[in-house]
Amino acid sequence: MSLLSIRNMDVSIGQYAVLHGLTLDVPEGGVFVLLGRNGAGKTTTLRSIMGLWDRPAGSVTFRGEDISSLHTSDIARKGIAFVPENMGIFGGLTVAENMVLATANGKFDPARLKRVYALFPALEQFWNKQAWSLSGGQKQMLAVARAIIEPRDLILIDEPTKGLAPTIIHGMGEAFKDISQSTTILLVEQNFAFAKSLGRDMAVIDDGQVVHTGSMADFAADTALQDRLLSLSMEEGA
Amino acid sequence: MNRTMNRTLSVKIIALTVWGLLLFSPFLFQDVRQVEVAARIAVFIVLVASYDLLIGYTGIVSFAHTMFFGFGAYGVAIALKQIGPGWGAWTLGTLSGVAVSIVVAILIGLLSLRVKAIFFAMITLAAASVALVLASQLSQFTGGEDGMIYSAPDLLKPSTKLLTDAEGDVLRIFDVRMNGKIAAYYFVFITCALMFWAMLRIVGSPLGTVLKAIRENEGRAEGIGYRVVAYRTAVFVIAATTAALAGAVYATWLRYTGPDTTLSFAIMIDILLMVVIGGMGTMWGAVIGATLMVLAQYYLRDLMEVASRATEAIPLLPELLSPDRWLLWLGIIFILLVYFFPAGIAGTIIRGRTK
Repeated sequence: MSLLSIRNMDVSIGQYAVLHGLTLDVPEGGVFVLLGRNGAGKTTTLRSIMGLWDRPAGSVTFRGEDISSLHTSDIARKGIAFVPENMGIFGGLTVAENMVLATANGKFDPARLKRVYALFPALEQFWNKQAWSLSGGQKQMLAVARAIIEPRDLILIDEPTKGLAPTIIHGMGEAFKDISQSTTILLVEQNFAFAKSLGRDMAVIDDGQVVHTGSMADFAADTALQDRLLSLSMEEGA
Repeated sequence: MNRTMNRTLSVKIIALTVWGLLLFSPFLFQDVRQVEVAARIAVFIVLVASYDLLIGYTGIVSFAHTMFFGFGAYGVAIALKQIGPGWGAWTLGTLSGVAVSIVVAILIGLLSLRVKAIFFAMITLAAASVALVLASQLSQFTGGEDGMIYSAPDLLKPSTKLLTDAEGDVLRIFDVRMNGKIAAYYFVFITCALMFWAMLRIVGSPLGTVLKAIRENEGRAEGIGYRVVAYRTAVFVIAATTAALAGAVYATWLRYTGPDTTLSFAIMIDILLMVVIGGMGTMWGAVIGATLMVLAQYYLRDLMEVASRATEAIPLLPELLSPDRWLLWLGIIFILLVYFFPAGIAGTIIRGRTK
């Protein structure tokens, strides 16, 4: 059974139909990468899973339970964390306060906090600093750290490398590998090199529908298929 | 970071100094009016701090805060008037005021906290207007426009001898009579200090962090698992309960309750000004804002009279400094405060001046 299943999802934003009949299965474990051109519907898919659009048609099941009618906060409490493209941190709060918000009862599990510090040492250094004053990379670290400070079954991450320096991207990739040992990651990424280094399974979305699914290794080896499905994004992100 | 901590510490020291002065004010300022001012400051610190929970910490704009203040005050006033001056009546009146506040806050919260901030503000304004009209119209219960005069429980009556000397006269300590008046003052002080401490605990807890997160971005707070409407309703209820308790305490101190002392929009505006002067989202700022505003309300006229007399020889100035123009000067002071302390006094000190 898939960890997450989306069936026939239709989402319209205003008068524009963004997703039509999108069907996707995300297996448990590892990194599942969603690829696609700009405007294909990748971010909308993640936001729909989190219930951030009003009543999309179709169904979303998580561990066999239909979560499509649940409130966003209830979906988050099911064990799904969302790291949006804009990172979703609270700039007016300190790093510590941002992290406390992501805990279940306002207290840190020491082992998990130690792991966060090990993955993102900068956060320990700037623990009491206002989040707005962090660099872009540090903000992204905080956003991901917040997603893993409590046990989660699934983390949705939207374009984490956007605007980051290559050295930070490398560090982020290592962190994702570590996190994916214990948690499934559904990653939306335009940077194909980064996605290729992490993904176990993948899907390509085009025009609001899944047009290809398979293993990342097979897809990475098939340059003709990449060219056909991702020609625009390959040029931008590779 | 150290600079921020030092600045925060200096604000705390200022606020704690105010609390210290309030603690000893019956001994430091033995004039009746000065003790009256001290009691009003203590009550308004709580009222302003509870309002700051809404507007400063959670970003909820409400105009119904004086309505809850009034519920508490009228609860005590009606109970003491109808049942008689005892602690049983006082407790019943306080609990009734708090219960009504909780019910009304839940109703307003659940029905309207989902709507946009401006609509919520309008709904609270309408509710506060209804409460004000009801207090005036239901004169057989509330005393109407004239309000109600009643007796406090025996312990708090000025004629009560709290401590006596060998001859049975009221004992004096540092020349202060140990009678029911001082008991009433410390009743106000202790209850207000406890409520302020409770609010400090709330904003320092994980709940306080959630409230700040909601103020900053509701959608993000939802996205990490917080039911924003539930939290906003909860904080609205907490603020309403605190305001009702402050109203009950103030009614006990004044032994008079009327629309002008509890429900009026003038008080609501005072609370707003106090929050802005102290600094939104800083509990300690409530102490500074309430203290400065109450002092200005009581002493600015006196100060201007002195200034007007001192400048008699200078043309035009005595006219400008006439005590009758105190509201104009209060407005000018407020504008200057907002200009020089854009985040309020406590807020600007803590965050540092940014140009």
